[in-house]
Amino acid sequence: MELGNQLLQYMLSGLSTGAIYALIGIGFSIIYNATGIINFAQGEFVMLGGMLTLFLMETLKLPLWAAIPLAVLLATLVGLVFERLAIRPLRKASPISLVIITIGGSILIRGLSMLIWDKDTHALPPFSGDDPIMIAGATVLPQHFWILGITVVLIGLNKWFFSHTISGKAMRACSYNPRAAGLVGIDVRRMVLLSFVISAAMGSLAGIIVAPLTMTSYDVGVMLGLKGFCAAIIGGMSSGIPTVIGGLILGVLESLGAGLISSGYKDAIAFVILLLILFIRPQGLFGKPESERV
Amino acid sequence: MKKELIKYAVFAICILLAPLAFSGNYLMNVLVFVGIHTLLAVALNLLLGYAGQISLGHAAFFGLGAYGSGILSTTYEWNPWLAMLVVALVVGGLAFAIGFPILKLKGHYLAMATLGMGIIVYIVFNEWVAITGGPSGFSGIPNLELGPVVFDSDLKNYYLVWTFVLGCVLLSVNLANSRIGRAFRAIHDAEVAARVMGVNARLLKVQVFALSAMICAIAGSLYAHVMTFVAPPSFGFNISVELLTMVVIGGLGSIYGSFLGALLLTMLPEFLRFMHDYDIVFYGGLLMVMTIFMPGGLVRGIPDLFRKITGLKNKKGGAHA
Repeated sequence: MELGNQLLQYMLSGLSTGAIYALIGIGFSIIYNATGIINFAQGEFVMLGGMLTLFLMETLKLPLWAAIPLAVLLATLVGLVFERLAIRPLRKASPISLVIITIGGSILIRGLSMLIWDKDTHALPPFSGDDPIMIAGATVLPQHFWILGITVVLIGLNKWFFSHTISGKAMRACSYNPRAAGLVGIDVRRMVLLSFVISAAMGSLAGIIVAPLTMTSYDVGVMLGLKGFCAAIIGGMSSGIPTVIGGLILGVLESLGAGLISSGYKDAIAFVILLLILFIRPQGLFGKPESERV
Repeated sequence: MKKELIKYAVFAICILLAPLAFSGNYLMNVLVFVGIHTLLAVALNLLLGYAGQISLGHAAFFGLGAYGSGILSTTYEWNPWLAMLVVALVVGGLAFAIGFPILKLKGHYLAMATLGMGIIVYIVFNEWVAITGGPSGFSGIPNLELGPVVFDSDLKNYYLVWTFVLGCVLLSVNLANSRIGRAFRAIHDAEVAARVMGVNARLLKVQVFALSAMICAIAGSLYAHVMTFVAPPSFGFNISVELLTMVVIGGLGSIYGSFLGALLLTMLPEFLRFMHDYDIVFYGGLLMVMTIFMPGGLVRGIPDLFRKITGLKNKKGGAHA
C-alpha cells in the first residue's frame, strides 16, 4: 500500500514535468519541421518565460495575470529577433554552422540574462496557492493541475492551428517540401519566422507554468531544453501527439528513477534514453524507418 | 610539403623560445594552459575541420583523461606515465566503441548525441563521490617526474606541455597532408562521393574520433598533473563550447588556427579581468559573429579581408588608368 501510494505520487508528478518536456519538444519539432534546424536556443525561451514573469512581477509589480502574457510576448519577440538576426542570414549554411550559431545564440541569451538579472534561483508564486490536494493517497500540488490543464489546451490549439488554419497548413506544406510550397505561393521565409514565433511562445509559457514548482534561474534553459529535445526525439520530431507521449514517458521515467533509484542520476536518465533512441530508433519510437535522416 | 615543414619549424622555434620573453612572469602559467587548450582544440579540429563531424562532448574525454590519470596515480599509486598511457588507450578504445553508433548520426543529431554523452560523463564525475570526490573535486595528484626532474614549476610545465603540443601538431599536420587527410576532406565535402571512390568513410570517421578522444585524454592527464587538482566544472558543457569556439575562431581545418584560437581565448580573459563571469556572453557573441561574418575563421578570414581591401584599391586604380 505504502509503495503503491509512492508510485502514484511519482507518476503524477512525472506526468506534469513530462507535460513541460512535451511542450518544449513540440517547440523543437515545429522549428525542425519548418527549417531542418535543431534550435539549440530553444531552452533559453523556456528560461526567459520564467525569468521575465518574475521580473515583471517583482520589479514592475504587475499582477500574475498581466505578467504572464507580457512575458510570453517579450520572449516571443526575442525568438523573432533571433530568427531575423541569426538564422535568416545563414539559410544556406551547413548544418554545422547552424548548430554553432544556435549554440552561440543560446549562450548569448543565457549570458545576457545573467547580466540583467543575477545568478540566484528564484521561485515564482504558484497560480492558486499551495495547499496540496489528496488523490487516492497521493498529495498533489494545485500547480500540477495548472500544468496539465494548460498543456492540454496548448496541444489542442496547436492541433487546431496546424489542421484548420491557412497559416498552419502552409507551414505543414513547407515541412513536406519548401520548394514546392514556395512554388504555390507560400512565403517560406515568413513560415520559418512563424515557426520561431510559435516555438518561442510555447517554450516560454512552458517555462512560466513550471517555474512555481522547480524554481527558475538564468541557466534552467539548458537542462529543460535538452530534455524537451529528448521528448521530441522519442516522438520522432513530430509536432503532435507522439512528442507529447515522448515527453510524458520521459517525465514519468525520470520521476520514478529519482524516487526509486537515485535523485543524483535523475538527469542522466534522459540522456541515456536520448542516446539509446538515437542509436537504435533514430526515427522515434512510433515512426517508420526512413532511409536517411540528415 | 616543404612549405609545411618550414611553417612547423618556425612555429616550434617560437614556442621553444617564448619562455625567454615571459620567464618568471605569471603569463608563463597562462601559457601552460594555452598549451593544454591547443591540444584540445587541435584534437577537436581533426574531427570537426577535417572529418566534418561535430562534437559537443569533447570535454568529457578531457575529463576522463584528467580523472583517470588522477585516480590511478593517486588512489592506486600507479606510475603517472603508465597511467597516462593506459588512460589514453582506454579512452581511445571507448571512443572507438561508441564512435560506430554515434557517428552514424549526422549534423544536428550528432551534435545532440555527443552533447548527451558529455552530460552523462559530467553527471558521473559529480555523483560517483567515492571515486571522483564528487562536486568538491579530487586533490593531491602528484606532479609528473622524469628522472631527476620534477615538473613542479611553470617553466618546467611549459616545456612538458608544449613538447606534447609540438608532437601533436606534427602528427596532425602530417595526417592532414597524407592520403588519410585527403580522404577526410573528401568525406567532409561529399561523403557519398568519397564512399564511391573507395574511401571507407565510416571506419575513418570512427578512427579520427578515437584519435581525437585520445589526444583530449592526454591533455586531461597533463592538466591533472599540472594542476594537482581536478573538479567537475572544468569538464562541463561550457568547456566543450569553449573548445568549439577556439576551433571556429581559428578556422575549421587549420591546425595553426586552432593554436591561434586557443591562444586568443585563453589570453583574453587574462586581459579582460573585468569580464570575469561574463566571458560566456563574450563566447556566445563571438561564435555568432564569426559564423555569420567570417565562416573560415581568422586564418582564412584575415587574408580574405586584406585581399578585399587591397582588391578594392586595385579596382580604383584600374578605373583611373
